[in-house]
Amino acid sequence: MSTTTTRGVAQPAPAKVSKDRPRRGLRASSTFNFWLFTGPFLIGLIVFVFVPIGWSIYLSFFEARFTVTPSDFVGFENYKQVLTDVDFLNSLVTFTVFAAFIVPATWALSLGLALLVNRLRFMRAFFRSVFFLPTAVSYVAASLIWKMSIFNGVRFGLANTVIGWFGVDNIAWLASPDPPWYWLVIVTVRLWLQSGFYMILFIAALQNIPRELYEAASIDGAKPGWQTFRYITLPQLRATSTAVILLLLVAAYQAFDEFFNLLSKATWGQPPLVELYKMALGENQNYGAGSAGAVVLTMLICVVTLLQGKIMGFGRGEEGK
Amino acid sequence: MTTTAPEIGKKKPGSSKRGGVMGNTGLYIATGVAGLLFLLPFYLIVRNSLMTDQEITGENWKWFPTDIQWGNITEPFNDVTVDFAQSMWNSVVVAVLHTTGILLVCSLAGYGLARIPYKHANKVFYLVLTTLMVPTAVTFVPSFVLVSSLGWVDSYRGLIIPGLFSGFTCFLFRQYFLGFPKELEEAARVDGLGYWGAYWRVVVPNSLNFFAAIATITFINGWNSFLWPLVIGQDPSAWTVQVALSSYMTNQTVNFHLIFMATAISILPLVFVFLFLQRWLVQGIAQTGIKG
Repeated sequence: MSTTTTRGVAQPAPAKVSKDRPRRGLRASSTFNFWLFTGPFLIGLIVFVFVPIGWSIYLSFFEARFTVTPSDFVGFENYKQVLTDVDFLNSLVTFTVFAAFIVPATWALSLGLALLVNRLRFMRAFFRSVFFLPTAVSYVAASLIWKMSIFNGVRFGLANTVIGWFGVDNIAWLASPDPPWYWLVIVTVRLWLQSGFYMILFIAALQNIPRELYEAASIDGAKPGWQTFRYITLPQLRATSTAVILLLLVAAYQAFDEFFNLLSKATWGQPPLVELYKMALGENQNYGAGSAGAVVLTMLICVVTLLQGKIMGFGRGEEGK
Repeated sequence: MTTTAPEIGKKKPGSSKRGGVMGNTGLYIATGVAGLLFLLPFYLIVRNSLMTDQEITGENWKWFPTDIQWGNITEPFNDVTVDFAQSMWNSVVVAVLHTTGILLVCSLAGYGLARIPYKHANKVFYLVLTTLMVPTAVTFVPSFVLVSSLGWVDSYRGLIIPGLFSGFTCFLFRQYFLGFPKELEEAARVDGLGYWGAYWRVVVPNSLNFFAAIATITFINGWNSFLWPLVIGQDPSAWTVQVALSSYMTNQTVNFHLIFMATAISILPLVFVFLFLQRWLVQGIAQTGIKG
């Protein structure tokens, strides 16, 4: 927009000077410069990302307990073992249940907070900071607060104190899978930690919606509130929503910290990464099976990502950026 | 002025009926309640860290300590079971070097991919893109295998170096540099600077906002990361503060005020970073859209 005006002024002067001499010199050395800039990164990427992935695929076909240079080729044995492992399959179920709760909940809460904050006229920056501040807290620290202070199974925990005021008995929030109260603990800790982050994305998107759309809608008789939200705000947020849901799904797949710390001694509610951690770095140090699990998990994530991209049209209109 | 505007003629969107006194009160009550809920866990850390254990676990819930235990502040550092001071130091070293390294390596690569003409640049870019599909958390098993065969377990090298090559951060830098005004660089070239000189003297100084944003996000991620330090820190001397905190949770004896004081101390540096650099953090997230 404004560049067209500046370009007209700025162009003529350098065009004359830079015609021959510097340009040709840069062309000749651009290959060298390309590798100068990207070389270190690429070497690191190959050594620390591609080699491990390749090694993982290699190990997944070998019997590899306590060793990373195995000699015993077992074909798809490790995959068979992983895919018939009840714990690993349960971890996929755990993930699915977790994602089914956390993705819509975070989406709704972060969008709700963004709408609230966006409507404020005073103290907007203050409240934005309040909701955003948990982003600075680690999952470990948050798990600690949740486990030791809020959802402690004994009377001095905050949750049990509050329900005690209403005459309800103490609940052992994390100590039993039935009823699955631990889901409440797991879901709330993540909601607290991540909602502020996604709220920022939604606030940015809300501020990009052209005002004229609302004006046009009010001329057409749309009532402010639900109607404008349903027919203008929500459709305008589609791209952001898609990205948010995708990020939430991938983040849910990678859940480790809070499960590991909240349910360390439990046998229930173990997500895939915790299972892989136990498999590969636990007592058995079974790198073969662990690698096979990692390959399966990666493939699942890719499939989910691509499927979701297909369904929600992720990537459309991204070319222009 | 604005309050009368909606009544006259067409309703103005921003200041319609909802902007009235009643609507505003409701809005502020809702926001305030949500805000208190979000601040509650922070308050609980402070409360617990300044109480005695008897008071924390007492029969009656107390919102305020009867007698603030300032002496608790030194307790994590005197604790013999976990070397808390060492773990804090490890975290500082790791987070600072992690951030510096990522900024250096990924910004250079991002610039190269965005601006330096090279016939195979696209292929290299696709190589970077494929790593975005594989979440780093899934590759921890093979990465551990590699790092342990290099003999880097329990070392700063092992904690820092494998995390520097983030395809994602490189991708963000590339996208950013694509939008960087070309005119500035061309002026530098006229002055006889090569790519390298133009990058350091013109591009970087004019991109400090973006670098600050990425630095803030990267620092927070580095400080808070848990899975990789847990895998690499086999020996307690190599624990980061997150691993140390986690070990408190599985300890036999639970020492509430000590644990919460340690948690408070571990969060404090980040709250500082957060409050001072918030502008860049928000801007960076809004700009990039995604956590690095």
